[in-house]
Order: sequence, then structure tokens, then C-alpha cells
Amino acid sequence: METLEQIQARLTAEFPAARLERVANESAAGQPSLVVDHAHGQAIARWLRDDPALRLDYCSNVTGVDWLPLETSTKTRVKKVVDGVEKEVEETVKSVRPGYLEAVYHLYSMSLRHGPVILRLRTADRAVGAPVPSLTPVWRGAEFQEREIYDLFGIVFEGHPDLRRLLMWEGYQDHPMRKDYAEPDDYEYEPTPHDEVLEKAGKHAAAEVRP
Amino acid sequence: MSESELLSAPAPTAMNYEIRPKPAGTSDAEVGGELLEVAMGPHHPSTHGVFRMDVVLDGEQVVKLKPVFGYLHRNHEKIAENTTYLASMPYTDRLDYLCSMTNNWAYALSVERLTGLIPPERAEYIRVITAELTRLVNHTCLIGFLLQDMGALGTPLMYAFRQRELILDLFESLSGSRMMCNYMRFGGCRADLPAGWLEQAAQVVGGYGQFLDEFQALISENEILVARSQGVGVLPAELAINSSITGPMLRASGVNFDLRKADRYGIYDRFPFRVPLGDHGDVYDRYMIRLLEMRESVKILEQALREIPAGPIIDPKAKIRGFRPKAGEAYGRIECPKGELGFYLISDGSPNPYRYRVRPPSLINLTVLEDMCLGQTVADAVIILGSVDIVLGEVDR
Repeated sequence: METLEQIQARLTAEFPAARLERVANESAAGQPSLVVDHAHGQAIARWLRDDPALRLDYCSNVTGVDWLPLETSTKTRVKKVVDGVEKEVEETVKSVRPGYLEAVYHLYSMSLRHGPVILRLRTADRAVGAPVPSLTPVWRGAEFQEREIYDLFGIVFEGHPDLRRLLMWEGYQDHPMRKDYAEPDDYEYEPTPHDEVLEKAGKHAAAEVRP
Repeated sequence: MSESELLSAPAPTAMNYEIRPKPAGTSDAEVGGELLEVAMGPHHPSTHGVFRMDVVLDGEQVVKLKPVFGYLHRNHEKIAENTTYLASMPYTDRLDYLCSMTNNWAYALSVERLTGLIPPERAEYIRVITAELTRLVNHTCLIGFLLQDMGALGTPLMYAFRQRELILDLFESLSGSRMMCNYMRFGGCRADLPAGWLEQAAQVVGGYGQFLDEFQALISENEILVARSQGVGVLPAELAINSSITGPMLRASGVNFDLRKADRYGIYDRFPFRVPLGDHGDVYDRYMIRLLEMRESVKILEQALREIPAGPIIDPKAKIRGFRPKAGEAYGRIECPKGELGFYLISDGSPNPYRYRVRPPSLINLTVLEDMCLGQTVADAVIILGSVDIVLGEVDR
């Protein structure tokens, strides 16, 4: 199979307006992936499925990932004038990468027996209900898995034929796979007046965990 | 009436119901019935656990079917993200509780992809042996359950369970537990084979062909089985591929795709075996594929039991304490008896996985349940679900 660089080059030729970004993978598996923008998500997926050299007809795994905001600090040496004397001073620059939610698609080809090509669709931020385009119209195998991501992460898949919660019940409010999910104070339906339960609930009320 | 008069009188017919007169001007064709909505499950015995199908019926015919999940949901993935890598290993047993060995292997394989650990030769052989034994267990049980769903109450299932118990004895002497084996480790296996295990396994495997012959002679050409299952629940190959169907269900639709051949993970490239394929993609093909796959598994097992070398069973570089894969991600998959079982792991360098995802074949194979059941009767919907082969521990996770 072509490498991801070659696939990306062909995609750029086919969709000049698409914003594509390659994500390296440092692990021993060495499975790099491709971030695809929303506007071209479905078109690129269709192209990958129908291209005769790739024929990625099998969407094996679809999953969500919750990336929290990441604070990175890099140390740089800067020349500065301190008390009239030029000195080299170490300065730490803090940068915050905003958090986002991500849907990851593992694509394989059953007919040509190769893969994986990994696609990633990213939301703009971590808000509940942040949209990404659904790829269920391209691969029906994504139907239940996208529903599961909607259920557990709160990503809304635009164009999904039947977007409902899959595992949690109707009327449930939260999204348990998010990293900031706070466990309920009491799993019983009615709150029980146990000391430790009340204490835990008080802590939650004091420090609003959820935004 | 005298006795002779009674004996000579015509016997009452069985269907002698009083027929209500129809309203004037109507015929049978015009009497449209109401649609009936039925919730099959979550405690319906044919759903193999707590699973619900919301069915809309026109008489006996299914016109709409929506599966409802989540009754056994315990957020396996979240629990695994809150513990160390190794601590999830026993928990993977509980996904598909009939196939704990293959669940272990899929997880171990994914972690090995993530870290680059390589299991030694003997461990690879043990993995193949236990995985193929698991395939025998799963397919044997499934055939028993499927026939039970068709109304063959008890007998075939008991035949299947009798045979399954022999393999569970092997698992017990190997791992200490019949079903929750928790046997594989990252880079190998937990314990070496006990003395005499290989001989015992060879004996069980040697007797399996006879069991399959007997089962096939008793059941496979049974008139009721053939009438109930042929042409029922047909799944076309294109739809199967597009819906990510895997495992015996895909191959029954005639698609030649088996991860043991396609990915050649472990040491499967050393075993010559065939991949049985179906022609019609109906329930009968799905039943037959499983019988044929078991015969191929027996062949693999015979070769593996003959060739297994001596040596260590775990990579000496594998660490148990302080196990921290470096940052990165990996997706590993194996052909478990129900289809493609995959684990997707993202490591951020800490002792716990940042993301731990199970790709459950049982759940994804249910994508086409409605397509297969439309236009069929309720009784057929039951056996179509039975032929998909689901375990709710894995569907709901």
C-alpha cells in the first residue's frame, strides 16, 4: 500500500482546498494518521473508498478521543539587557493548545487486504454538541459506533441517519467518556443521607467541576 | 346416542371455529390489520442475555426492527482508562465471556504493537492452541444455542455442552479458571503448560472430528433445520462489507476475509488451512460455516500440538512493575470467533492508557439485523439473531 505521505499528496491534488494534516505516531506500531477538515470529510472518505488503488471498503473501527487543553512550556535562551548589561537569560514560554474532541476512523481494504489508513475528524472545541460530519453515509459500519461516540463523548455527527444514544438511556444528560466527567454523588436514584455521600456532594457543589 | 351411533358419527374437525360474518362489501384483501409494536426483550429467552428488539409487526411479518442496547453497560473503557494496563487484562475476560482467551490475545497483541514486545516461539504456539480451542468452544456453543432457538430443545445443546466441557477442563488446568482465564500477558503467557497437558489436549482434539461427524449426521440434513434456515435472513456480500460485518457471518455471505490470512498475526502463516465460504448468506450458511471452521481449527490444532517447541513463555524484557509505554497509539486486531476484535490504545507515557477502546464484533455485526429481518416472521427474527452470534457482555461493554 502507498504510504500516508503519498496518499496525502494525491488527496491534495484531488481536493486542492482541503486542509490536511499528518499526525505522526511515535509508538512501535507506527500507524500515522491524517486529520481531515469538516468541509471535505465526506468527499475524501468517498474518494478513499472508491479509488481503485486504495479501495478502503471496510471501516473497521470508529472511536472518539477527548483531548484536554494541553499546557506546554518551552525554555528558550533570550538575550536581554539587565541593569544595562546584555545577558543571556533563560525564559519559559507557556503555550496552551486548546482542547478538542476527535473521531478516529480506522480504514482497511477487504478486497486488496491492506490498511490501516487512519482518519481523524476534530471538533473546534470541547463543547457538548460540537459537530463533525458523519461518515455513516459512506460506510454503514460506522452507524452504531458514531452513535456510541455521540452518547459517550457528546460529538454530534451531522448527516447521521439516526443519531440517538446507544448505551445510556434516553433523557440521560451526561457524557461519561469525557475526561472531565464527574461521577454521580450517589448511584441510588434517591439520595441517601449517608455522611460520606453528603460530604462528596458538598464538595461537588462547592467546586463546580463541569463548565 | 347409542355407542354405535357415536362411533359412526363424523369426527369434529379441529378448526371448527365460529366464523364471524364479514361486514357487507368487504373482502379479505381489504381487511388491513393494525400494526403491532412488540418489545422483544430485554428478558426474552431468545435474545441470549439482556437485549431488546423493538419490533413492528404486520401480522407475523416484521416491518421494522430497532435494536436497543445498554442493559449490561458498565463503561468498560472508562474503567480501563482509570487503571494500569495489566489491571485490565482480567477484565477483558468479561467482554465476551465465552472466549476469554481470544479477548486476552487481542489486548496483549495491541499492547505489544504499542510497545514492540515480541513473544517467544513457545508462547506464540500456546496462543494459537488456546485461541483455536476457544473457537471450538464458541462455535460448538453457538450451534447448540441456534438449534435451541429453532425449537430443538435441550438435546443438541447438551451434546454441544458435553464437548465444550472437555475443553474447559483443559483451560482450567492451564489457567486455573474454566471461563475467566486471564492467561495472556504482554509479551507472552502467564504460566507454562502443566505436565501432561499436551497429551490431554491432543486427546480432546483427536475426538473432536468424531463429535462433528456425529453432530452433522444427526442435525445438518434434518428436514426442519433445512426448512427453517435456508433462504432466511439473507445478507448480500456488498452490504456485509459496507456495514463492517466480520467473522463467520461475513464469510457466510461469500466474502473471503479472515484476519488469520489477511493480517497473519502471531504465527498463523505457518498453518495451512482453508477459509470456508458460504454461497447464499442465509442462516443455514452461517450454521454450516461454523461447522466447517471447526474442522479447520482441528487441523490447525493438530499441527500446533505436534510442532510446539520448548523454551521460555514470556519475553524477558517484559516488565510488570512500572509498565509505561512511551507516548503513541496502536490499533491491534485479531480474528476472534465472532469476528474482528480490536483494541485501540493511546498512551501518554503514564501507567494508565489515555484512551482504551474495544472494537466489539458482536455490536457491529448487529448493524444489519434490521435488514436481515425485514419481511421475515417473528420466529425467523429469533433464529436470525441467533445466527449473528452475540454475547451481551461485549455488545454493551
